[in-house]
Amino acid sequence: MNSFEIITQILRIAAPYLFAAAGGVIAERSGIISLTLEGYMLGGAFAAVVGTFYTGSPTIGVLCGIGGGMVLALIHAISCIRYRADQVIVGIAINLFAIGITRFFLKLLFGSSSNSPRVAGFASGYANPLLWLGLLATPVVAFLLFRTTFGLRVRATGEKPEAAASVGVSVHRVQYTAVVLSGALAALGGVYLALDQHQFTDQMTAGRGFIAVAAVIFGRWSPLRAGAACLLFAAAETAQIHLQGNHVVASQFIEMIPYVLTIVALAGVVGRAIAPSALGRAET
Amino acid sequence: MTTPRTSPLAVRMHDISKSFGPVRANRNASLEVAVGEIHALVGENGAGKSTLMRILGGLLNADSGIMDVNGRDVTGWSTPDAIAAGVGVVHQHFMLVPTLTVAENLVLGKEPTRGGQFDNRRAIADVKRLGEETGLVIDGTRLISDLSVGEAQRVEILKTLYRGAKILVLDEPTAVLSPPEVKDLAQVLRRVRDGGGTVIIITHRLDEVMDLSENITVMRAGETVARFRTRDTNPAEIAQAMVGRHVRLTTREFAIVTETTPSLQRSAESHTAAADALIVRDLVVASSRKPHEVDTVSFTIHPGEIFGIAGVEGNGQTELIEAIAGLRHATTGYVGIGNRDVTAASPRERADLGLSHIPEDRQRRGLILDYSIADNLILGMQHRFTRRGALDAHAITEYARAQIAAFDIRPPDPLLPARALSGGNQQKVVVAREMGGGRDYSVLLASQPTRGVDVGAIEFIHSQLIAAREAGKAILLVSAELNEVLSLSDRVAVMTGGRFVVVMPAADATEELLGEYMTGARAAA
Repeated sequence: MNSFEIITQILRIAAPYLFAAAGGVIAERSGIISLTLEGYMLGGAFAAVVGTFYTGSPTIGVLCGIGGGMVLALIHAISCIRYRADQVIVGIAINLFAIGITRFFLKLLFGSSSNSPRVAGFASGYANPLLWLGLLATPVVAFLLFRTTFGLRVRATGEKPEAAASVGVSVHRVQYTAVVLSGALAALGGVYLALDQHQFTDQMTAGRGFIAVAAVIFGRWSPLRAGAACLLFAAAETAQIHLQGNHVVASQFIEMIPYVLTIVALAGVVGRAIAPSALGRAET
Repeated sequence: MTTPRTSPLAVRMHDISKSFGPVRANRNASLEVAVGEIHALVGENGAGKSTLMRILGGLLNADSGIMDVNGRDVTGWSTPDAIAAGVGVVHQHFMLVPTLTVAENLVLGKEPTRGGQFDNRRAIADVKRLGEETGLVIDGTRLISDLSVGEAQRVEILKTLYRGAKILVLDEPTAVLSPPEVKDLAQVLRRVRDGGGTVIIITHRLDEVMDLSENITVMRAGETVARFRTRDTNPAEIAQAMVGRHVRLTTREFAIVTETTPSLQRSAESHTAAADALIVRDLVVASSRKPHEVDTVSFTIHPGEIFGIAGVEGNGQTELIEAIAGLRHATTGYVGIGNRDVTAASPRERADLGLSHIPEDRQRRGLILDYSIADNLILGMQHRFTRRGALDAHAITEYARAQIAAFDIRPPDPLLPARALSGGNQQKVVVAREMGGGRDYSVLLASQPTRGVDVGAIEFIHSQLIAAREAGKAILLVSAELNEVLSLSDRVAVMTGGRFVVVMPAADATEELLGEYMTGARAAA
């Protein structure tokens, strides 16, 4: 395997992380904890397969996937913002809900408890437009956060919502927008997985949303650093795949890399990981 | 209650009432402010001044009452309405986002754009332009977290002006400023007034009221109790209206204390003989920001002495106190209570050796707000109120009743949560715990003991500190109030950049002299 193929493999693994982490950054910068990325991805993956299955068009599938993620994100946003529920608990609930509801409709629509029938998808590798979209997610979110009025308001809201409110910024509107946007982005990560494999399988996201959460934290809530963390984690996974079988390092150790790095980051080894001050704080 | 007026009214609030649950913050309060005047709104803590101003700024809606701005009925408006009508509020706790720049904070909510993008360059230019117009010069590219308190306040004022404020409301703007900064602020406010603006300023400091304002409204317990024309009144009259009874007060709020202070010479002589109660030697303390937040500080305090530390906040006073209290690790140096080395001791061990601590932030470190007054009064001493391994509720309540009576904590209900008390009474709970009958202490750390507390409580806390000094306690007093440090202390130090730039007998010091040391206008002697 030459180095070009290795890079291709890293990017293919990284794409779902890049989508989800970009979504995570934007929601967390607005002050809402994004433990829900896993759920958005799973919901997005399932909705995309359903859309593609019934229309035969993967493009419509993508739109359905985005919609699925946005619906879950809206539930999350309403619970956290309107009803000021604990964001961690709601996050866990949304993830479990996503597992349950996809499993339910898998059985109902496709009569299977493990996987959907095969659906159309995109060509693999560089011919897959979603791969390119994934690579674009990071710079787009960086632009949004640092070069637009909306981004300025998101950063102000996540850091000091009372200050934003005091100058007439609607904190709730900013947070709803950011969370729903994060749902759309993270869902695209799931859509990528499903259409790449041409089917939905039960719990197919397999913790990738949590790796994205780790990337957000390891990247210290900066879109570019979070994107870099996604690439790093994907590179570690690629290494693991290639090292499998030669027993140099147990693969479990490689799988631990994202989480170990995140703990290291949180412990302050690579500069201090400072979360947005108002993260997780229910505001009026 | 009426003031003859020549100019039209900028603000008229009439019969305003506002309750938070059972607490009635405003009761038929009224306020009339003429266009182009500086109007002082004064009153004790919890008198309802901030609530009234939050209603004016659209952050709260009144339960009843009417409000006109420039003759237009604006009852029940929202923050954006208020901003659009030219009402700008500078809050007591700054409404600035620390991780954003000055320029970003300035324009937040009303951002300049170019081609759909946020136009940061224009925001920076706007900071510069407004700075030149008003004299509030500041670099738009700096981060708020790097600014001094005075600079942050400039940004707050600029923010309101950027939004076209014609009516500027400032909630206790001078509480956090050094004396020269207060002078600068006064100049800025006069310039705003002379430019046709209207200023409403909330303050406790009667000297500022006399100096700055044209008219004064006094609030007490949510009601408007008096209105004065500044040049027809005097501080004693205002203070009496504020507290509803006669307060011993001369030209300075803190002159109360000097009357009761025994001669400083006496204490200076007698102290040389006694052994030191608190010894601090070459203490270095790090903070999260810098490794030498406290930079090699040494001093001792005798029994029966008050040692005062003056200085602009954020010059290491907090870290010094925390290191002595055992809440923060000392990098190097020595802390001793009597002849015992406590440099590495736990807070509990230090307390057992006779250290008492009134922390600077009563809500964060001084109290557990959801605990009752009684429980707060025994915090740190709870092991002395147990019976057969369980807390003895009866003994705790009895002890609380005695302390509530001794320290005049109101309302006198031991089971009331601390959260329900006014700032002054919360502080009395802390003072009662640290100085009360159940505490056998030799050294007291009093950090900002009267911050945000009303005149009556200040008077009381000062008398407690003096009584403790007379009882032979060694007291370390840190205060942002220069006259408090001067009037209570036997010796004073000025702390700047983590060091003591000067230590002198309080009798030789004046506010002006300390102010010069604080700002670096005068170098270490």
